[in-house]
Amino acid sequence: MVKYNRFILKNGLRVLVHEAPETPMAVVNILYDVGARDEDPEQTGFAHLFEHLMFGGSLNIPQYDKPLQLVGGENNAFTSNDITNYYITLPAVNIETAFWLESDRMLSLAFGEKSLEVQRNVVCEEFKQRYLNQPYGDVWLKLRPLAYKKHPYRWATIGKELSHIENAKIEDVKAFFKKHYNPQNAILVVAGDVKTDEIKLLAEKWFEPIPSGESYQRNLPIEPEQQEARRETVYADVPTNSIYIAFHMHSRTDDRYYSADLISDLLSQGQSSRLYRRLLKEQKIFSEINAYVTGSIDAGLFVVEGKPLPEISMETAEEAIWDELEKMKTDFVLDYELEKVKNKIESTMVFSEMSILNKAMNLAYFELLGDAEQINTETEKYLTISLEDIKNFSADLFRKENSSTLIYLSQAHA
Amino acid sequence: MLNRINPPAFHPIENINIINPDSIELTNGVKLFVFSAGEEDLVRMQWVFENADFQPTKPIINSALSAMLLEGTSKYSSAQIAEKIDFYGAYLFPEYSYDHTSLNLITLTKYLDKLLPFIIEILNDAIFPQQEIDTYKRNSKQALKISLEKNDYIARRQFNNALFGKSSYGYIQEANDFDQLNQDDLQSLFKEQIIPANCTLFVSGNISSTTLNYINNCIEDQWINKSVKSKVTIPVFKTLPPQQILIEKEKALQSAIRIGQLSIQRSHADFPTFQVLNATLGGYFGSRLMMNIREDKGYTYGIGSGLASMKYAGFFTISSEVGTAVCADTLKEIEFEINRLKTEKISEEELLLVKNYLLGSMLGSLENVFSHTDKFKQAYFSGLTLDYYDYYTQQVKDVTAEDLLVLANKYLDFDQMIRVIVGKI
Repeated sequence: MVKYNRFILKNGLRVLVHEAPETPMAVVNILYDVGARDEDPEQTGFAHLFEHLMFGGSLNIPQYDKPLQLVGGENNAFTSNDITNYYITLPAVNIETAFWLESDRMLSLAFGEKSLEVQRNVVCEEFKQRYLNQPYGDVWLKLRPLAYKKHPYRWATIGKELSHIENAKIEDVKAFFKKHYNPQNAILVVAGDVKTDEIKLLAEKWFEPIPSGESYQRNLPIEPEQQEARRETVYADVPTNSIYIAFHMHSRTDDRYYSADLISDLLSQGQSSRLYRRLLKEQKIFSEINAYVTGSIDAGLFVVEGKPLPEISMETAEEAIWDELEKMKTDFVLDYELEKVKNKIESTMVFSEMSILNKAMNLAYFELLGDAEQINTETEKYLTISLEDIKNFSADLFRKENSSTLIYLSQAHA
Repeated sequence: MLNRINPPAFHPIENINIINPDSIELTNGVKLFVFSAGEEDLVRMQWVFENADFQPTKPIINSALSAMLLEGTSKYSSAQIAEKIDFYGAYLFPEYSYDHTSLNLITLTKYLDKLLPFIIEILNDAIFPQQEIDTYKRNSKQALKISLEKNDYIARRQFNNALFGKSSYGYIQEANDFDQLNQDDLQSLFKEQIIPANCTLFVSGNISSTTLNYINNCIEDQWINKSVKSKVTIPVFKTLPPQQILIEKEKALQSAIRIGQLSIQRSHADFPTFQVLNATLGGYFGSRLMMNIREDKGYTYGIGSGLASMKYAGFFTISSEVGTAVCADTLKEIEFEINRLKTEKISEEELLLVKNYLLGSMLGSLENVFSHTDKFKQAYFSGLTLDYYDYYTQQVKDVTAEDLLVLANKYLDFDQMIRVIVGKI
């Protein structure tokens, strides 16, 4: 159970406070309601590039990191297809420094050409390190456009290609800030050794003077229902063959999300799960096998991925996966199995409450989804899922015409 | 009018308090440390075993022992063990490190009595079935093949090998090492190593006296094994002379870099102040290497340095992945930054920044009862007590710019370093 208080400033900034006096630290988490899905298809990778530029200095503070480090704090950020999230951890006695820093960069950025130039290079190196210079690193650069044809989930947060980053202009970046970075589009969560009254005063002092800005009306293309199976084979310089099958599923706020998540747990959570036990241990087909959901806010993907052993043909491997998916559609899973994955949901939720940063991020995310209280009702939603739900929803999900299959064939084998 | 230019008042970090554990010697020879705090009803138990000696003819047996610990007992199959742990929503996982093999359990307190006797069964009687060994061989070989396509992985193992030769710290795994694994060897290593006399147990969480009694009784009554801890030999390392090792990868877009040398361990009096020096060079986001090579030149997504302290050695290392076109220049800049620390006094402003950052980071690393335990373990396995952290804090607060200059000349010498580059230069 995570207790919290919530209030809204006059400019529309939503603020949540979780008091956790057992730690001497505090977390300040700011979620901006903007991600790669909000980008222009010709300027992809912007939300993420922008995240880098947020550290390049703001209106009154030329350097962001130094003053924070000087008071014993640390910070980082991440960008997803849906959100951009910034967080600071610092000794609670120095919490005002975080308010000073974060409010100034919400007010106005002040990075220059040099900063843009350097961060373009840094992001290009990140692109290479994570996506290009790793075996299978480019899988999401290929799988997204295979599964999505209209919705902006068809590109990854890093962007479609290096050139979009390389060509980023300072005017474009400034326009992006104006459109998305304002109090109305943000959620502030403070957690740790703090008192709500103090946080309220600090929020009013530092954030309330910021103009509320324009509200951004999101109007994204809807992904049309997939009508036929899609397939792409890549002959690549990778050490072994690999297969990825992606199925369209529902959005994070749809109740069917919970069924899909439990199905992925039944298939691959832990060493007793179906795919691990049957396809890796018993039938000796794969050396690695996994199933998971992307969990994105708009309709997401359910993914099964595996690496077949050297002597196994891709046809055999693919068939073995489909056999297991078919069983989910035709037979009920055991009561016991469903109870098992529900138990894991329950314990994982308790384990995650050991970290104030986790709690702060989750509060912000659920607030964005519509109700922060979901942090406490989430487990309950999983517990109501029935055997019928699992079977029905599997039937809905695991259809060939709902699948996009990406296959890597190692050139040595091709 | 709100003054947004000047920073708010700063409050220095005064005290860092680490939970002092209760220490109990169990009748079966286990050393038990208990850390109780927090509200969540969960328990973490960590059985930590000192690794047996490295055997040059069976070089990967120690890590295989850890990886296969849960693969079956006389009574339960690998599948049954996995079912049981998953059913109670727990996490049970072995972990292998340079000096120790651990078994870790995290569970809701309410299921502890369902799991603990079962885990003791594993500690008493893991049998390493042949078919599970075969699975492990198959999958590990494939995983190794994938790792060998990652420049960063190759650089790390090549670097460790240059410092530590053919030893548990420096051995380079080959695919055919897995073929030698067999049940007899694993069982005999298990009997030698996974015994109460070689075990330190850390229990942390919201631990009531009832829970603690239950744990003690279970372990004393059910884990009975009179084997004596075998003697470990102090390893002798064959370190290569300083040199540049280049492993060329024709198609590389980035080169992985590892540069470093042998260094002092945590128990050395200079260790805390050397950490201040390390932080300045490459130990945090605002470090000189990050500022120069990422934030000024944009050569990399990240670069860092660190100190590793193991039981028999310590080393200093710098690591990064950089665009191949700027690899040579990056090496030059690294050398430049090391030499700058040896010739120029650090400014008072920068020194204060590093000190405050480190103290805040120490405070932040004590977020919950688990992290308190981890801090204790770090000191304990270096032969130190919790007093070490008072010493650390004081040393960080007191160190001067002159001290750092001396330390840099004592411990950092670019010409004496091993430099591994995987990719292109």
